[in-house]
Amino acid sequence: MAQKTYAGVTVELTDEGYLVDKNQWNKEMAVEIAQENDITLTAKHFAVIEFLRDKVEKGETLTIRAIGKSGIVDIKGFYELFPGAPLKVATKISGLSKPVSCV
Amino acid sequence: MTEKEEYPLKKVCIICAKGNLEDVYAACVMANGAVMEGIETKVFFTFFGLDAITKKQMNHLHTATVGNPAMRMPNGWAFPSVLGMLPGVEAGVSSIMKKQMEALDIPTIPEFLEMITAGGGELYACKLATDMFKLKKEDLSDEVKDIITVGEFYGLCGGQGTQIIFT
Repeated sequence: MAQKTYAGVTVELTDEGYLVDKNQWNKEMAVEIAQENDITLTAKHFAVIEFLRDKVEKGETLTIRAIGKSGIVDIKGFYELFPGAPLKVATKISGLSKPVSCV
Repeated sequence: MTEKEEYPLKKVCIICAKGNLEDVYAACVMANGAVMEGIETKVFFTFFGLDAITKKQMNHLHTATVGNPAMRMPNGWAFPSVLGMLPGVEAGVSSIMKKQMEALDIPTIPEFLEMITAGGGELYACKLATDMFKLKKEDLSDEVKDIITVGEFYGLCGGQGTQIIFT
């Protein structure tokens, strides 16, 4: 467990850098976490972030497939927005826990 | 404190040689899972595994109801092989399985192929097997990048941190 300050707020992080408490998250924090991952957030990024946080709020499992069907972005576009391991990077920026989905 | 050196997986090359629903899913889940982790991914479909990327067959893959000791009835009883031989049973069982997978947000095979390539994974068909089954590039899913020889596939599997997986 580590502590880090994003956007003036000190938060608890897991060993892998995910926020422990998703309620501490705000958009300014997202911008700073994104910068650490070499991503500059756009409106499209925020639309995905909102979708992910909403899904988690409802207790649903996050899958890449669901994002592809969200109407916000297709799967290819999702990989372009959050390069590398998109679901992991996107959840990290969204202040959510590490995804446990296999699809 | 001792430093543990880690050598993360950089590339996986998966060979799918069987056309049973479960074998194809194993290959697809592993391939897509690698793509999701940002690992370079290449899949080589050969022999009956070609069904997974053949337009005519890809939506009609079945699981074996005969000679499959892990096959169970919904209540947990062993599934008698004799039942599995009856016409329509294999299709029925496969259809139930597909419904259960849909409920878990597991994609269909064609959709899985699209997800893999959307994330930058590459799909290949085996030259020898396509010749044998008389299949041409146009008979295969549009997601298939090329028909290549096994030697060419090995050529794509080089580099440190690469693993070849046979399903």
